[in-house]
Amino acid sequence: MPTLTPPLPALSNDEILRYSRHLIMPEVGMDGQRKLKAARVLCIGAGGLGSPLALYLTAAGVGTLGLVDFDVVDYTNLQRQILHTTADVGRKKLDSAAEKLKAINPFLNLRTFETRLTSANALDLFRDFDVVADGTDNFPTRYLVNDACVLTGKPNVYGSIFRFEGQASVFATEDGPCYRCLYPEPPPPGLVPSCAEGGVLGILPGLVGVIQATETIKLILGQGDSLAGRLLLVDALGMKFRELKLRKNPDCPVCGKNPTITQLIDYEEFCGIRGQEATAPAAGSASSATTPAGAASPQPDVPSISVDELKKKLDANEDVFILDVREPHEYQICNLNGHLIPLNDLPRRLSELDPTREIVAHCKMGGRSAKAVKFLLDSGFKNVHSLTGGVAAWADKIDPKMPKY
Amino acid sequence: MTEVQIPSPLRQYTGKQSTVTVPGKTVGDALTALVGQHPDLQRHLYNDDGKLRAFVNVYVNDEDMRYLDKEATPLTDGDTISIVPSIAGGKGIV
Ligand SMILES: [Zn+2]
Repeated sequence: MPTLTPPLPALSNDEILRYSRHLIMPEVGMDGQRKLKAARVLCIGAGGLGSPLALYLTAAGVGTLGLVDFDVVDYTNLQRQILHTTADVGRKKLDSAAEKLKAINPFLNLRTFETRLTSANALDLFRDFDVVADGTDNFPTRYLVNDACVLTGKPNVYGSIFRFEGQASVFATEDGPCYRCLYPEPPPPGLVPSCAEGGVLGILPGLVGVIQATETIKLILGQGDSLAGRLLLVDALGMKFRELKLRKNPDCPVCGKNPTITQLIDYEEFCGIRGQEATAPAAGSASSATTPAGAASPQPDVPSISVDELKKKLDANEDVFILDVREPHEYQICNLNGHLIPLNDLPRRLSELDPTREIVAHCKMGGRSAKAVKFLLDSGFKNVHSLTGGVAAWADKIDPKMPKY
Repeated sequence: MTEVQIPSPLRQYTGKQSTVTVPGKTVGDALTALVGQHPDLQRHLYNDDGKLRAFVNVYVNDEDMRYLDKEATPLTDGDTISIVPSIAGGKGIV
């Protein structure tokens, strides 16, 4: 990172007392603590990764913390987003975060940006900071953060989580690789791990976010061995930490010798999700500063049926075969007494379905069932519909007693 | 024999196994053997032209095979292959 140039700010007696456990370590000391006070860190997202990041950076004495988020706290966030409490449900994450962070450290200069990070605002935003910590949850924003970091020369402290595995690294340092050196292209939306494979162990963003906070502080202090050039893999289930070597790719389109990307691009188009519901927040989604990850899965345009129509048919005792394409563990949470065939199993369990009957396929929100209906139509089925909004809509409109997840 | 580390997004295609042991003198052989044992992996690792997908990185021990001999990289007993796909975040069920 650009070295913080003197004069560094002085510490008050109150600050000296607060940071005494830092000050008595030679690796930090007065100079280090003053570097922390001078540092400006931009944290993208105030969710799972952003929570531990912001909490620890604030406690450690980072002088200026920027937070980018436009989301509102919901119940499904509380399992892992430890900045927010039950009483914060319905509040803006930025308001909730500001209250907690100021309570931890009143010396913090907190700058909040209630906006989606976009190609239009990223460069201006990043220029005001020394380090960017990426706590986002989707591919378009990952590439946007990376490219904007490369173009503005700011290190990108990267963390990513999936179920019970995480990755961490530091990208876009002066001589180090960037995210595109590692992954030149995002996966096409259809191959993003299926929606049923989503979810995350609640402590995992804690583990990975604290690694990001550690790397951020090391960059500021100029101490230790940075993760730049290394990809740390965290497997919480096996409790294994492994590291892989990362190299700067001389042909990298953004940080290579002859870059083809010299300004920010359209990242949703780049990730193949332009024209999808990229901007519609999914109900109950736990998204952060950006596009809901669920929208990254394209939904084929297929015949659909509303929950009201389905209810009418069922009440009239019409012959409707309900096909539930979720996973067994979801079926256990709530169901419509449908026949369970997880989407991935559908191709080899097709014989369980009667093509002469009317079939209504459903999942949680309608994404997987649309794929199932597309598949069934392609397989010669004629009378199939996807339940719009899935069991979530059923719980909202038909059966308020049904649990939502 | 070579141990292949399967990341969690792909374990649904390996019968939930996190490691699969395969024979092979090169990385290419080992991956072919892997897909032979678990055919559902094919479309997740390879595109229609039979090339490894750009967002799937393959490491031999801690080294990216793109900086070794790619699929021709020779293997010796006890080597570990890691498949490391890009992950974006963790949440959301559609
Ligand atoms: Zn690069």
